[in-house]
Amino acid sequence: MISSWPLLSVIVFLPLAGVLFLMLIRGDEQTVAANSRQVALWVSGFNFILSLFLLAGFDIHQSGYQFEEQAEWITGSGISYHLGVDGISLPFILLSTFLTPLSILASWQAITSRVREYMIAFLVLEVMMVGMFASLDMLMFYLFFEGVLIPMFLIIGVWGGQERVYAAFKFFLYTLLGSVLMLVCMLIMYHLSGTTDIPRLAEFDFAPALQFWLFLGFFASFAVKVPMWPVHTWLPDAHVQAPTAGSMILAGVLLKMGGYGFIRFSLPMFPDASALFAPYIFTLSVIAVIYTSLVALAQTDMKKLIAYSSVAHMGFVTIGIFSLNEQGVAGAMFQMISHGLVSAALFFCVGVVYDRLHTREISAYGGVVDAMPRYATFFMFMMLASVGLPGTSGFVGEMLVLVGAWQAAHWVAVFAATGLVLGACYMLWLYRRVVFGRAEKPEVQELLPLNNREIFIFVPLTVLVLWFGIYPSSLLDMMQLSVVDVLTQSGITQLTQTAMR
Amino acid sequence: MDFSQLTFSAALPEYILAFLALILVLGAAYLPAGPSGMKMIRGLSLLGYAAAFLALFALPDGRNVIFNGLFSISELATYMKGLVLIGAFFLSWLVSDGWGDDVDRPEFHLLVMLSVLGMLLMISANDLMSLYMGLELQSLPLYVLAAIRTGSLKSSEAGLKYFLLGALSSGLLLYGASMIYGYSGSTNFDEIAASVVSGDASAGLIVGMVFLLSGMAFKISAAPFHMWTPDVYEGAPTPVTALFAIVPKLAAIGLFINVAYNAFGGISVQWSQVIMALSVASMIVGATGAIMQQNIKRMLAYSSIAHMGYALAGFAAGSQLGAASVLIYMTTYLFMGAGSFAIIMSMRRDGIAVERISDLTGLSSTHPLLAAGMMVVMFSMAGIPPLAGFFGKWYVFLAAVDAGLIPLAVIGVLTSVIGAFYYLRIIRLMYFQEAEAPLDKGMARQNRLVLLVSLSVILLFFMAIGQLHETALSIARTLNAFA
Repeated sequence: MISSWPLLSVIVFLPLAGVLFLMLIRGDEQTVAANSRQVALWVSGFNFILSLFLLAGFDIHQSGYQFEEQAEWITGSGISYHLGVDGISLPFILLSTFLTPLSILASWQAITSRVREYMIAFLVLEVMMVGMFASLDMLMFYLFFEGVLIPMFLIIGVWGGQERVYAAFKFFLYTLLGSVLMLVCMLIMYHLSGTTDIPRLAEFDFAPALQFWLFLGFFASFAVKVPMWPVHTWLPDAHVQAPTAGSMILAGVLLKMGGYGFIRFSLPMFPDASALFAPYIFTLSVIAVIYTSLVALAQTDMKKLIAYSSVAHMGFVTIGIFSLNEQGVAGAMFQMISHGLVSAALFFCVGVVYDRLHTREISAYGGVVDAMPRYATFFMFMMLASVGLPGTSGFVGEMLVLVGAWQAAHWVAVFAATGLVLGACYMLWLYRRVVFGRAEKPEVQELLPLNNREIFIFVPLTVLVLWFGIYPSSLLDMMQLSVVDVLTQSGITQLTQTAMR
Repeated sequence: MDFSQLTFSAALPEYILAFLALILVLGAAYLPAGPSGMKMIRGLSLLGYAAAFLALFALPDGRNVIFNGLFSISELATYMKGLVLIGAFFLSWLVSDGWGDDVDRPEFHLLVMLSVLGMLLMISANDLMSLYMGLELQSLPLYVLAAIRTGSLKSSEAGLKYFLLGALSSGLLLYGASMIYGYSGSTNFDEIAASVVSGDASAGLIVGMVFLLSGMAFKISAAPFHMWTPDVYEGAPTPVTALFAIVPKLAAIGLFINVAYNAFGGISVQWSQVIMALSVASMIVGATGAIMQQNIKRMLAYSSIAHMGYALAGFAAGSQLGAASVLIYMTTYLFMGAGSFAIIMSMRRDGIAVERISDLTGLSSTHPLLAAGMMVVMFSMAGIPPLAGFFGKWYVFLAAVDAGLIPLAVIGVLTSVIGAFYYLRIIRLMYFQEAEAPLDKGMARQNRLVLLVSLSVILLFFMAIGQLHETALSIARTLNAFA
């Protein structure tokens, strides 16, 4: 019986077994590299299959946490080993286990040096990501949340581009600075409540005056992670310098840690402060949406353009979360999952041509469609999903967020919708410059078409984006009860239970 | 009560070390010079630390005051002695690999052993007299050790500097002790504690206590008494630096807790302000001073100043949790220090020890395992979870927050971000750059083992933290201040 297993713990820590395997591989460099790729792919692929058991066993009609595991850790101190999933964390866990094997596959040929170490870093990264989403203990959450920095720092710094050292340092120190302020707030919360158990903390009433400061501390950490304007500047650097797979995971999963944190901590634990700060967060998010869209228009580097588009899309997420109603939060969740798939695919689109021509300059391309028709198709699909075309997952998330934002404050919805138009501008323009036109440069004419490995990465991403676009209830039903829970815990009375779908 | 029986067994570790120190004197004189004699000397000293460590388990439970109140054994003393002995064992073992006649010679082991004996005595001190005696017994051999490389100008300079400033701090400490004696009427900790139990003490006593604390702050090189540290660390031969960086700090922190909680527990409000000031200064000096350093020993000197600042942040809380957090912090400190020096002591190029930070460039491609080890240690020192260093910081800042010292915790975490910068710098050199002149291959067996033990502790610390937390808290409960 699978249900008698500590399934969640297995999923969190299984990649460590892969790490152990990788360390034991012997042989010359070629053998080690080839075997490392295989081991990492199989372990992470197997982990994804295991996580499907979570999906199968998850009861969407039951509120609260499922697959809970609790064990003694630091006895008598209110700190325990506590794992569990609800409708909010489960989609993220699946997203992480889904994207990890795809990223490993994406780096199959791109990474040729220190393959073993690279794969170790990726598997450790998976442990940290899944562990973070599955943690129901604040200290454990922090361990995983911060632990992510170690493998990501190495992935950017060792296997990154020209300016990788600067980008890796900026990424690490920026995020660390935000996180340590959150740490102090966690210590204060632990001091007051005597526990680090997240469900119990969510029920604890922090004094409104204190909530103000606690909210700010958590905000410092999550806002950097999301990232929100004006603390987003680490993101373009990190993305541009990271290897393709690093960007996929960074955009696909790591950015979601901030949004997840807001939903898991800020809303239920500091409801008064959340309501108080919502207008300010709206302002920052609207600036993020419009300003970074304009910045994206001016980019000449494909990766940088998509990085700025990420900031804009994550602006929608924060708008949705802090509209503090069901549509908004559900929309933000949906947008995060959708963006996780779409941005990972878009970064892979860049990676595919970068592997061939070794440049990310938009002007170096043009007319790619002639040599790579299939690539052009996938790219177009993902581009349209990013713009929010109906029928793709991007549409559902943005729509729900706008509905939620309209209820919270009309002006936010108006400005955010402007961002959608700008988003269409820079994405379509990017696509036109890279894919359409006449292929005049000889190296573009000689581009190799997509190989099977690359198609194998694109197909599942495309299918999911389409699936969530056509049948959004599959995802919305899963998280509905938990979203309602969060909003009830935050004491926000929900009048409009309609229009979820 | 069978007084003599208790007296003997209570000081068993000290007897063992004192006895072996005498044997070493004879050994140095009569054993054949050269490798075979050195091997026996090393074996003897390692045996001594191991035996003393085992003897700790034979000590009676609870707090026992012996030798007419001069000496006390307690859970706290036993725990700190255990850390000191582990550190001393590691260091004496590490030195056996090719440090040459001018460092690895009989006197080295003899002096270290005498110094460790002094440390054990001062941890157990229960009287200002025995405190001073223990402190000087641990300091004097260290002055000589700093200057042990007689042919080196830098080493001599380090020894002299350390001696002069050390003498000054001893003077401060003695002056403070005399004032305490004058205002409390006793040199015995229990009697001093009784005289301040009401919570208010005379101004003279407080002034005396501040002098005493200043003297001890010098020993742990807390800012603003840290000036000697970078120069002495750089000038002394690396094995001696490793010793300085780890073992006396553990002992001095043990003494610090002993004095503050056992003798002055009643006026923790008074000393906690002093400690807080020391803590803030150390965290800032340690974090900012290390940034520009080119020599890895100098960098670690500043890093150790910062670490002492963090330990003192927990200390400043003045609570049970505060004392417990310092114990946890020092435990992580021991293994991080041992791990880093196991690596630094195997950094050689063409057989010559090198110590510039830039010598680590490209280490990951030439020495993958060494580099990975160094990386783990550095991330741990930076306090990145889930490594040991994070848990140390978690507890000291928790103690600070618990005591309402939130600004202290905020300064602490902010300086730890600055600190992260220079730890990352080492990782950058090792991993993000290619080697120009690779270091020698190979690593001595004992370095490898010490590194392995340290890494296991650092990586698996999260498993042990539950047990350690309980032990440290139960030790803290036995302190005079909470009895």
